[in-house]
Amino acid sequence: MSIALLATVGGLTTVGLYLITARSLSRIILGFALLGHAAVIALLAAGGPPGAPPIAGNSDEAIANPLPQALALTAIVISFGLTLFLLALAGRQHQLTGDDLVEDDLEDQRIARTSSTESSNES
Amino acid sequence: MSALIAATLIAPLLGAAAGLIAPTTRLRDGATIAGIGTAAAAAVALLIRVANDGTHVVRVGGWDPELGIVLVADLFAVLVLPVALVIIFVVEIFAIGQRRTAWGANPELAGPLLGVLTTGVSLAILTGDLFTLFVAFELILVSSYVLLTHQGTRGQIRSGMTYVVMNLLSSTLFLFGVAFVYAATGTVNIALLAERIPELSDGVRLGIGAWFFIVFGTKAAIFPLFSWLPDSYPTAPTTITAVFAGLLTKIGIYAMIRFHTLTGMDELGSTMLIIAGATMIIGALGALAQSDVKRILSFHIISQIGYMLMGLGLFSAAGTTGAILFLIHHMPVKTVLFLVGGLIENDQGTSNLDRSGGLASRRPLLAAFFAIPALSLAGLPPFSGFVAKFSVIAAGIDASATPIVVVALAAGALTLLSMTKIWIGVFWGTPPDDKATRSEAPGNRTTMLAATGLAVTGTLAISLFAGTLFDLSQRAADDLRSAAYVTAVAP
Repeated sequence: MSIALLATVGGLTTVGLYLITARSLSRIILGFALLGHAAVIALLAAGGPPGAPPIAGNSDEAIANPLPQALALTAIVISFGLTLFLLALAGRQHQLTGDDLVEDDLEDQRIARTSSTESSNES
Repeated sequence: MSALIAATLIAPLLGAAAGLIAPTTRLRDGATIAGIGTAAAAAVALLIRVANDGTHVVRVGGWDPELGIVLVADLFAVLVLPVALVIIFVVEIFAIGQRRTAWGANPELAGPLLGVLTTGVSLAILTGDLFTLFVAFELILVSSYVLLTHQGTRGQIRSGMTYVVMNLLSSTLFLFGVAFVYAATGTVNIALLAERIPELSDGVRLGIGAWFFIVFGTKAAIFPLFSWLPDSYPTAPTTITAVFAGLLTKIGIYAMIRFHTLTGMDELGSTMLIIAGATMIIGALGALAQSDVKRILSFHIISQIGYMLMGLGLFSAAGTTGAILFLIHHMPVKTVLFLVGGLIENDQGTSNLDRSGGLASRRPLLAAFFAIPALSLAGLPPFSGFVAKFSVIAAGIDASATPIVVVALAAGALTLLSMTKIWIGVFWGTPPDDKATRSEAPGNRTTMLAATGLAVTGTLAISLFAGTLFDLSQRAADDLRSAAYVTAVAP
């Protein structure tokens, strides 16, 4: 059980990390969705062995640890909202430029082009 | 005292909610100001109470610390909290003055969002467990994402993407970190972690320490994880940048001081010192290369983070004291500088050094408002930066960490150099020809100047009461390094 969970976490993390290295924001969003799932599964795996539903007086078996489940639910809600925000950002970028690429820092590029003699003349 | 703690969390959120549904501008401003103001007043009262009576712990819902959320008002928290909340309060006043200008934030959203941000900041400072810290970070970040990009201009969207992606990555790593910590110790409560993490094997313990160093380090913009900061901050409206510059990276370093000191990650100290040195120098050199006021100031944030990290990395009582004092000094000073940057932009239509000049003769008050925090940031006496920098560097000398002390002093000189660059570019020389017409920018200058003046007075007050603050920081550092925090939360 635990090995399967860990393998899932590993697989999701690998694909997620690969996707967020892309230039296109839509791929990055997919990457973050997968990474979020991986983190949530890791949280669940951290909760220990599986058991009966954690409702008091429901069964005599050992119950599952409810705390990581509560944490996971909170994390899912947060990542859901953030995915929507990223989609809105990608939509706006598409509106403005026709693509959804993450661009470089313009000022950095300008300064990198400035040779040392030019900058000393300026100041 | 529990009511005061609750007020810092709930009042700004209520103000934000009321601000969103308020029908008129005046009511909306009133609601957000009242919310943030109540929280700031409660935070100041909390500082007085905790300094006299000691740490106060609230168990939300009466749950045991192992299971439930605890809010801990220890001395470290209540020293940082009032400074942070008063800053947001001052910036909100500035924002009300600036809103009708081209550089002001959209008032429909900015006020309420600042309220949400305030709640996030209070929660991040007061929380006693890692997962609530994660939620607080998300609360801060979500409102900051919207504040940064809400005008939807091309530059904001471009740099906003970098900002969101970097911070989202660090949040995801944070969540993984929480899972690791829970798997290793069976709790996310920081006080219980302070007991259980030192008992773990060295590999697991230092792995957790390094993992959270990266997580908090990304938020704090340490070398080499800072690239998102100088790109995104200057594109936002000035008021927004002022809050971000004063608070966001500092919350990261606050979490780092709390977590790494309480769990005793002393072995990471040398790594932290190396990174602190690199952060200082790269930030200061980066500032020298820029030709825009806001970008220069953004690089200074990075450089200054290095000093706080140095204080933490020394892992001595004096070092932690220095880091706490530096944190308290840095937040208002940085905010004032960005507010002045906003006033400069308002006056001459640009914050670019090449296209400005002669402001000292036209706006002498503005020049004074810039000079005081600028000299303070560079660490010259008698301003607050001197006390803070002195205590960090003295701690470095005590620990005979000579290389980092030399680097810190060199970075201070470089900071002064880039401040001089702003001074020469903006305040000296002759104003460019066509600027006379543009100086009649809309916006309520009196409100903006009053807010900036209030903040300048605040930084001067910090240098006046430096002795008291130093003693309090020392007590806060002792509490963190001894078992005082643990016994208060989980007796």
